[in-house]
Amino acid sequence: MGRLDNKVAVITGAASGMGRATAIRFAAEGAAIVVADLNQEGGESTVRQCRENGARAVFQKTDVASEADVKAMIARAVSEFGRLDITYNNAGLVGALGPLEEVTVEEWDRTQAVLLRGVFLGIKHSIAPMRQAGGGSIISTASIAGMRGGFGPHPYSAAKAGVINLTQCAAVEFAKDRIRVNCICPGGIDTPIMGRRASESSGAEAQAHAQPLQRIGQPEDIANMALFLASDESEWITGTSMLVDGGFMARAHSFGRMTTATWANFKGYVGPSFEIKS
Amino acid sequence: MGRLDNKVAVITGAASGMGRATAIRFAGEGAAIVIADLNQEGGEAAVRECRENGGRAVFQKTDVADEAQVKAAIARAVSEFGRLDITYNNAGLGGALGPIENTTVENWDRTFAVLLRSVFLGIKHSVPEMRKVGGGSIISTASIAGILGAAGPLVYSVAKCGVIHLTRCAAVELGKDRIRVNCICPGGINTPLLHKHIPGGEEATRQLLQNIQPIPKVGDGDDIAGMALYLASDDSQWVTGTAMVVDGGFVARGSFLGGPSVFDVPTRWSGPSFEKD
Ligand SMILES: NC(=O)c1ccc[n+]([C@@H]2O[C@H](COP(=O)([O-])OP(=O)(O)OC[C@H]3O[C@@H](n4cnc5c(N)ncnc54)[C@H](O)[C@@H]3O)[C@@H](O)[C@H]2O)c1
Ligand SMILES: NC(=O)c1ccc[n+]([C@@H]2O[C@H](COP(=O)([O-])OP(=O)(O)OC[C@H]3O[C@@H](n4cnc5c(N)ncnc54)[C@H](O)[C@@H]3O)[C@@H](O)[C@H]2O)c1
Repeated sequence: MGRLDNKVAVITGAASGMGRATAIRFAAEGAAIVVADLNQEGGESTVRQCRENGARAVFQKTDVASEADVKAMIARAVSEFGRLDITYNNAGLVGALGPLEEVTVEEWDRTQAVLLRGVFLGIKHSIAPMRQAGGGSIISTASIAGMRGGFGPHPYSAAKAGVINLTQCAAVEFAKDRIRVNCICPGGIDTPIMGRRASESSGAEAQAHAQPLQRIGQPEDIANMALFLASDESEWITGTSMLVDGGFMARAHSFGRMTTATWANFKGYVGPSFEIKS
Repeated sequence: MGRLDNKVAVITGAASGMGRATAIRFAGEGAAIVIADLNQEGGEAAVRECRENGGRAVFQKTDVADEAQVKAAIARAVSEFGRLDITYNNAGLGGALGPIENTTVENWDRTFAVLLRSVFLGIKHSVPEMRKVGGGSIISTASIAGILGAAGPLVYSVAKCGVIHLTRCAAVELGKDRIRVNCICPGGINTPLLHKHIPGGEEATRQLLQNIQPIPKVGDGDDIAGMALYLASDDSQWVTGTAMVVDGGFVARGSFLGGPSVFDVPTRWSGPSFEKD
């Protein structure tokens, strides 16, 4: 008996990283899954891995910043699997880097469009089918970067803070429909979001020690929390931002290894991870 | 296959309410459990329910404010079941009630002893045993009263805020030993602790709790047990120092334009829920 038997989930950004790990975990727990991503090759590989786990899964090419795409993605869940119970707004990228005084409006807008508008659209279009199903669980990936200044690139961090508050507002708005809205705030996770995984780069040791538990997070750590929030076990939980960070936020960092100034030293705009040329 | 197979847990305040619901849930997932509480009768009933759910369980009479008794509860887990993986510091009571200017130092201290010293003691005496088995998970019940002002009695709320911060500090200290320390912040839960305070008892409590949070469902012990199970299991092996809110959306909503506070009551002491004051 799986913890998500008979449930249907849409997961964005599921071609890679934590979205993929979550799709595989959900599949093993009995859910049917729409794997939504810009990255077709990675998405199709996730679909295969879900099927190997015995689940039904399909790929839907989606730009989460586009309303038409998000609408089609949600419609695909209903046309393919008959209902919608879980939406996980997880797609993301690093976006605009550098000192705020040099960030262009175009880069700013594109960052917000993927990270915050993407979540708004995911919530907006999930409501009707979830109401029809008698309720549902909406999850989004925010970040510890959305909780303090300087834990991520600054436009990225502002967008993630927006995700946290949007989660609270939507939770209050849709509680009467039994639609729960929560987000997860990961710490540093070993995914290719910066082009290559932290475990494959030189600073791996220092990154492990950035958190009290002394290891970098794995995509499965996020998948496990997403599973809890997706399942009926959390039916009285809404509006929360769940920290999964190895203890990073519990510690003061001003005297630690992380310095908050470093983010402004990078330049440019970082697109989706599968497009980064290393 | 249970989610806590081969694990051993101590749960304080497990004779009643959310501690009892958690004990039964953990037992169903394969854990062996020490039920620690002041309340013998309720504790023995919880032991029977754990056994009916397929788990091993024993009762250990414990006052969580007393160091020797907490030490004995932890030792009981090891002598009875051979190890310790999970400690859930959950015992609690209302403590000192009423306006601050009438609150006695004695009631301030007693409240802190049961709600905060107890968590310190539960952590302190779990550490050596958890180190022996290569890690562990310590969970405590804080409260949304430790996050928001005036969501609970004053002294109680300050103590619960202390639990949240003790959780963070201990998590940082014990991370290297793979001992995780987290707490749960419940909203209003339908347990004997509230039945005791709210005029009209269980039925009035149920009615009150129906609509104080955005989700129009009364929170019960099982809602907390689900979160405790996540934190106790290896699913949360990279989670430490957190305060997990389980409140039907209470904290997410900025304001509650409700009636008078249920804690706006005369000065008195409120003991454990199974005792008459
Ligand atoms: N890796 C970390 O340390 C970390 C920490 C906190 C939060 N996050 C967040 O976690 C989420 C998942 O990231 P990840 O670390 O797994 O990275 P990842 O790059 O492995 O996965 C992100 C996925 O999102 C997809 N994507 C990007 N833009 C998209 C768009 N416009 N439409 C559809 N799909 C798009 C990418 O193709 C990729 O498959 C992101 O929201 C990220 O901001 C990551
Ligand atoms: N009910 C709520 O709305 C609510 C909300 C937030 C937090 N909490 C907290 O949840 C925890 C569990 O409470 P509950 O609501 O299940 O209430 P409860 O009264 O049903 O259970 C609490 C248990 O703790 C025991 N206890 C009290 N003092 C003790 C002591 N000194 N030593 C050992 N055991 C002792 C009681 O005998 C009782 O069995 C408490 O820490 C409480 O403060 C409750």
